[in-house]
Amino acid sequence: MSEPKALLKIRDINAWFGDKHVLKGPSLDAFENEVLALIGPSGCGKSTFIRTINRLHEEVPGARVSGTIEFDGENIYDPGVDVVNVRKKIGMVFQKPNPFPGMSIFDNVSAGLRLQGIRRRSKLAEIVESSLKKAALWDEVKDQLNKPGVGLSGGQQQRLCLARTLAVDPPVILMDEPTSALDPISTAKIEELIMELKADYTVVIVTHNMQQAARISNKTAFFLLGEVIEHDKTSRLFTNPSDKRTEEYITGRFG
Amino acid sequence: MNQALNGLRSLFTKDNTIRVPRDTHLSDRLFKYALRFNAWLILAMLLAMFLFLLELSWPTLREFGFSFFIKNTWNPPLDEYGALAFIYGTLGTSFIALLLSVPFSLGVALFLTELAPKSIAKIVGFFVEMLAAIPSVIYGLWGIFILAPIMQKTVQPTLIGLLGPETLSGKIIGSLFTALFYPVAFVYSLVAENAASIDAMFDHFKNTFGGPAFGVGMLSAGIILSIMITPTITSITREVFLTIPKGNREAALGLGATRWEAIRISVLKASRPGVIGAVILGLGRALGETMAVTMVIGNRNEIDSSILAPAQSMASVIANEYPEAFDLQLSSLAAVGLALFIISLLINTAARLIVWSMDRR
Repeated sequence: MSEPKALLKIRDINAWFGDKHVLKGPSLDAFENEVLALIGPSGCGKSTFIRTINRLHEEVPGARVSGTIEFDGENIYDPGVDVVNVRKKIGMVFQKPNPFPGMSIFDNVSAGLRLQGIRRRSKLAEIVESSLKKAALWDEVKDQLNKPGVGLSGGQQQRLCLARTLAVDPPVILMDEPTSALDPISTAKIEELIMELKADYTVVIVTHNMQQAARISNKTAFFLLGEVIEHDKTSRLFTNPSDKRTEEYITGRFG
Repeated sequence: MNQALNGLRSLFTKDNTIRVPRDTHLSDRLFKYALRFNAWLILAMLLAMFLFLLELSWPTLREFGFSFFIKNTWNPPLDEYGALAFIYGTLGTSFIALLLSVPFSLGVALFLTELAPKSIAKIVGFFVEMLAAIPSVIYGLWGIFILAPIMQKTVQPTLIGLLGPETLSGKIIGSLFTALFYPVAFVYSLVAENAASIDAMFDHFKNTFGGPAFGVGMLSAGIILSIMITPTITSITREVFLTIPKGNREAALGLGATRWEAIRISVLKASRPGVIGAVILGLGRALGETMAVTMVIGNRNEIDSSILAPAQSMASVIANEYPEAFDLQLSSLAAVGLALFIISLLINTAARLIVWSMDRR
């Protein structure tokens, strides 16, 4: 087996909200066909961290970033890089399901494609179907593709958002607590999907749920106060952590 | 077990609805009746106004019938009345106002919600809303002393030079409008004798920006109206845009949308019903605005082919002629009011229907 390739090389990322220094230089690698889970107590910077990977953090008024993130050999924070292109290749699923209101299920899934200038109906229909199938939503919505996306249940909406992200086929998919607003059955479905996605994508997922991290990820990074305390294979981090703070967190002594 | 079930059952009526005793307190009942009275009072007032207008305009309606609303004549000495020129004046000025104000207002609202730093958005938003507090007679004064001279010396001569009947663009405008409205004229010619020919229509429409430059007129009134309805449309669309969660914008950005694309697919698309509602509220204000329009529209009771020329709106003719009118003229003015009342109701109803049908989708 060949050595897996580091698709994302994140180095010394610092991020601020105004004067608040929330990320203090963590560095991480994410490899191809890997699910990387980010865990840590609230306010430790893991959501901010994931939002620096597709340069969404800087959209918040007063927010700043420094450091480098190499994606496929190119630093996405280089001044010459078009942020729109970065986001086309690094997709994101958010904490709260956010389908576009006023758009049908079909239009929601094809939104990213239409942004890329794909207009042909047959091509759109083909990708919409395959994306919805990958997101395990096709059977539930195939007869109501023209109904509004916001009319679906919360769990379905989140799978719709996943299908919307998959439609543009980004090599990296970021997930910011994608199941925290969902019921256990919907959560199980999304987790199952994430494990299937591993075959084709790199997934970086923020989760508050340590069992979830243990179930679905290959690697886990433990964040505390804006720094990465420990980054290791998930099996090792949860059974034999090398840092005392990691051990205290995963055994529930704080957080 | 069975006993418990029976106990539960006793709570239900035959059709399975729960029996709940309501409003057991006297104060709750009084409160309910008071609110109900208020609600019905509004409806009663609307109906009373309609009946009052109908009664007052009855002599005119009996004399001219429905043709009053489509006849282009207003001749008090001969006691011949038709409201078409005023309907045209009202719809024309309102249309111009919407044409100018809607893109501008949406632009301001988008700037305030999407682009401007919070501190600037607050200040600008405050002043936009201040515009709504200026009494309309002040707008009218401004229109007469500032806007009309500018229109007469600069804007209208420029428009006549660029788009007037002698220019190529004027002829193109004439051809376009003729092509657009000929089907209407054709259908009209089937039922009426003196329908316009294509040539006459072309001559009419190519003069859309025809001179001379009076300063006051339909376009000037439309411009004043557009300023007056801008705060209404801006502040309501701004509220609508603010209700769109941040997550929707981020979803669009995360898909690789540019800032404008993100606004288009996550904000504008979702706000359409609200924006239409805002536009209709603005239109409602434009249709009924009396004082400012009366001061700058030029007050001529005719339909002119040029939108630069003086005209008359429904509200302005009532304001102008009511003090000296009696008998049939008075009744005809009331009938003009009735037409305004009905047009406003129809437009608002249509807008409600549009918003409802969009909400359901």
